[in-house]
Amino acid sequence: MKIVVNYDLCESNAICMAVAPEVFEVRDDDFLYLLTEEPGEELREKMEESARRCPKQAITIEG
Amino acid sequence: MTVVIAGASLAGLTAAETLRAEGYEGAVIVVDPSTTIPADRPPLSKQVLAGEWPPERAQHRVAARVPELALDLRLGVAATALEAATRSVSLSDGSLISAHGIVLAMGAAPRRLPGDQPAGVHVLRTMDDCLALRNDLDKMPAKVAVIGAGFIGAEVAATCRSRGLEVTLIEVAPLPLGRVLPGELGGFIADLHRAHGVEVILGVGVEGLDSRTGTDGSQHVSGVRLTDGSVVAAEVVVVGIGVVPNTSWLEGSGLRLENGVACDATCSAAPGIVAAGDVASWPNPLYGEVMRVEQWENAIEQGEYAAKRLLAELQGTEMPAPFASIPWFWSDQYDRKIQMAGRPSSSDEIIIPEGSIEEQRFVALFRRGDLCTGVLGVNRPRHVMQVRMKLTESLSWDSAFSVFA
Ligand SMILES: Cc1cc2nc3c(=O)[nH]c(=O)nc-3n(C[C@H](O)[C@H](O)[C@H](O)COP(=O)(O)OP(=O)(O)OC[C@H]3O[C@@H](n4cnc5c(N)ncnc54)[C@H](O)[C@@H]3O)c2cc1C
Ligand code: SF4
Repeated sequence: MKIVVNYDLCESNAICMAVAPEVFEVRDDDFLYLLTEEPGEELREKMEESARRCPKQAITIEG
Repeated sequence: MTVVIAGASLAGLTAAETLRAEGYEGAVIVVDPSTTIPADRPPLSKQVLAGEWPPERAQHRVAARVPELALDLRLGVAATALEAATRSVSLSDGSLISAHGIVLAMGAAPRRLPGDQPAGVHVLRTMDDCLALRNDLDKMPAKVAVIGAGFIGAEVAATCRSRGLEVTLIEVAPLPLGRVLPGELGGFIADLHRAHGVEVILGVGVEGLDSRTGTDGSQHVSGVRLTDGSVVAAEVVVVGIGVVPNTSWLEGSGLRLENGVACDATCSAAPGIVAAGDVASWPNPLYGEVMRVEQWENAIEQGEYAAKRLLAELQGTEMPAPFASIPWFWSDQYDRKIQMAGRPSSSDEIIIPEGSIEEQRFVALFRRGDLCTGVLGVNRPRHVMQVRMKLTESLSWDSAFSVFA
């Protein structure tokens, strides 16, 4: 599973970070960073939830 | 088995998607008086109104998934009556459905000013509302008056300014956003708008609307009469004075209607009947307070929860724990991104651990005794979310404040 964030859409509101802090991190510079682009399968449900909650539909899950 | 969902917007379609994700294979009948799947609403006061986005872009994610969810989607059809005891739902097309489960997700409708509604007067809830207002803004009116400085009014004022229009924002309360924000922060919002050239009139009510008669005999708004005797001349008036939950069709259903559909702590209104989104009120165990939340993320979170809760009941599996949530929303005004989590009351103490109001970039925590009731950030998304994560565990002040230690 690969996580792709469309940074043109992302507005750094950190909803994804609240769902999965082990993958998404909004830092002090107010930008979103991916801590891993290929999280393990055990995180699939959380990744789907992050994608669902993202108000900008900036997160896609590949594979 | 049959589940009926009233409302095909964010909460209703999220509930439908969740039913399928949880493996429910029975019929899902979704009804909505809207003739198209409702647009995602946040862009209607922002990008679409500004003319930056074409209307098609304001579609929420789950709307695009409708074809794969195998729903019996009946657009242009409203639910008109319910008998809670038998779970039978009457529809505006004359049909009567006997359902096993019902999800109430009818949202809310904007309040209007009493009296005649001359041309040029708008409310903002649907895509049609947005396009009608945008069309009037395209004519470059000399002045737009916005009545009500809640979030919708404040965003509309900001968007109109960004289009180069003259704007007067009128609020009967002493400060903007008085219903949600402790005082000092309402002052920040007022100053933000003034700094961008909006005329902000506070603490004065609206007496009525003035209109003029066009050459074809039609009435067009020409101004807003205020309770202090003054008149704000305006060719376009936007009314943002709050919403009323869409529950009138439930009168006599046997459900308790009090600030929306009154639910228990698991979003259940009666056996086999759940509610979610702007229409639902429930006692939030984190706050020990009955709340109804008119916010985008809540519609998703509660829509998911209500669907799972309903399935657990219908299938006799374990019930989920009560719906405990820290509400969260965002609002974009000019280049400021405002985010708030929690439920402060206007009397809570304000503490600013990061940044300052002067910089227009700060975090404000709300304190009530030993509790942190919420957090507001202006261009500080990370901190808002970190505090929210703490609050989800407990409202302890010390724990919330430790984010800044
Ligand atoms: C202009 C605007 C901007 C916003 N911006 C933000 C923002 O920036 N951030 C934020 O957090 N929130 C924002 N919100 C709030 C957010 O959009 C709402 O909380 C969300 O849409 C609620 O979803 P819902 O599904 O509960 O209700 P709704 O979206 O109102 O949908 C309810 C649906 O039920 C249907 N219905 C009504 N009566 C019946 C009936 N009798 N039978 C069947 N169906 C019925 C309606 O036609 C409607 O389609 C904004 C709202 C608006 C209007
Ligand atoms: S939820 Fe979406 S918009 Fe918000 S930070 Fe994550 S990817 Fe960006």
